Amino acid sequence: MGFISRGFHGRPRDEGVKLPPGQYLVHDFPVLSAGPTPRVPLDRWEFAIDTEDGRTHRWSWRELMALPSETPTVDLHCVTKWSKLGTAWKGVSLDTLFADVESSAEYALVYSYGGYTTNLPVEDLLDGKAWIVYEFDGEELAAAHGGPARLLVPHLYLWKSAKWVQGIRLLNEDWPGFWETAGYHNYGDPWREQRYQGD
Amino acid sequence: MTEPAQDSYQDGNALAGPLREIFAVDVTAAGGQCVHCGLTGPVASLRVYGHAPGLVARCPGCDEVVLRLVRGPESAWLDLRGTVSLRIPLPAQGVPDGSEAGPA
Amino acid sequence: MNGRRLVWRIARLVEIRDETPSARTLVFQIPDWPGHLAGQHVDIRLTAEDGYSTQRSYSIAAPADGERVELTIQRVPDGEVSPYLSEELAVGDEVEIRGPVGGWFVWRPDGTAPVLLVAGGSGIVPLMAMIRARRQAGSRTPFRLVYSLREPGERYYAGELRRPDPGLDVTYLYTRVVPDGWARPPGRLTVADLNTGGWPADFTPACYVCGPTGFVETAADILLAMGHDARAIKTERFGPTGG
Repeated sequence: MGFISRGFHGRPRDEGVKLPPGQYLVHDFPVLSAGPTPRVPLDRWEFAIDTEDGRTHRWSWRELMALPSETPTVDLHCVTKWSKLGTAWKGVSLDTLFADVESSAEYALVYSYGGYTTNLPVEDLLDGKAWIVYEFDGEELAAAHGGPARLLVPHLYLWKSAKWVQGIRLLNEDWPGFWETAGYHNYGDPWREQRYQGD
Repeated sequence: MTEPAQDSYQDGNALAGPLREIFAVDVTAAGGQCVHCGLTGPVASLRVYGHAPGLVARCPGCDEVVLRLVRGPESAWLDLRGTVSLRIPLPAQGVPDGSEAGPA
Repeated sequence: MNGRRLVWRIARLVEIRDETPSARTLVFQIPDWPGHLAGQHVDIRLTAEDGYSTQRSYSIAAPADGERVELTIQRVPDGEVSPYLSEELAVGDEVEIRGPVGGWFVWRPDGTAPVLLVAGGSGIVPLMAMIRARRQAGSRTPFRLVYSLREPGERYYAGELRRPDPGLDVTYLYTRVVPDGWARPPGRLTVADLNTGGWPADFTPACYVCGPTGFVETAADILLAMGHDARAIKTERFGPTGG
């Protein structure tokens, strides 16, 4: 048995809800950042999908807003061990954005304004599993939480849900992203507790 | 949802503990050079973003990543690809002064 | 202090001193403590019974004194660690500490350049260690402290800083509430404050600035504008501590 700090409990962790292993529940929305918050004016904002054969599909902010939107309510699991349940978002399903994209690539590298990257299999972006979201809790998405728009892939640890998303590059080979090249798990399934390489 | 007052970062001093877990010397006093813009300065002057899955130290001149450190339960990952080199101050090494020289 | 990697040590709380209604100084006894320099900090690790563990960094408030290590902890509302340390922890309790760490934001008693200390709020803690190290060493190096606070009730070490300490000048400035009859109106740190309370740049002082990020930015910008050498300005920002 290791050292115990008498009377120390930390934040409440057991509230009778089923969370992925090692996670605790929060009710606020912690802000994590690995760098300065990029500020992208909407008239210069653009989202792109670049295919493996060099074609690029682009959407301006107005074009994104004109697409059919969805309002997913999902649970978030951050690799730093907090989970937040029942978060309400509004955005465009990646199925909608991929509708006219011809690609047989298996891997995606998501890149963001400010230089962040993260990788995941293309199949984890499709079939109702991922969105480009621009509203949280009925309000426009704040820059601290990734606004104007971020990726939302709630079935993976939250570092995969890139803030300030700028585009998705489709690749025939896997290309590990910012945290994936610094010790974090390449896939990041919270229910299998895939936090670090080798987990 | 609240916005933080500003982008909150700490000085490179905040790396001292985590790096002393790895190195036997204090690396925050070492001088380094940024790969991206060439700025030189002590590791202690980097901007450290610690509210993240790891520690990300950025150049105060160009904001590019100079050093990253992730601590897992059984390993640490240290990425120095943003650093040209580190000059680490060390105690002077015993310089021969002739007193132990052999017979002339 | 080099040559060994850091280990977590068991530290026993031996003394508590209240500094303000929301801050207290904790004195720990740490067996085999290797000593430290003024300005260095330690990491504290707390572990709950179910194995949950978290850690925070705190500056050391006093120079090396055998196995005694003093920290001053400000309670952060809704924090996770600081309320425990500033309210729950009692004399005789133990925590895990590793350190000392940080070899850059330090003052050594053999330093001869005049020293300017600029503190914002609880940023006074590592600077107080320097003031105490100077006194302990009988150093004649002139020190000036400019200490910015919201209101007089938030002063740390008030009694000790009031006592005469030849060669140490202390200037308080308040950002929200001032004492009765105080000449300077409440407000943030300005060029005038560092002009009067600091040293001219041609004295080539060593400058130490510690406080919240915004305060440190302002102070460092003012010092640069006054002509101080960037290499002589050492800063320590409180990032988001998470309490």
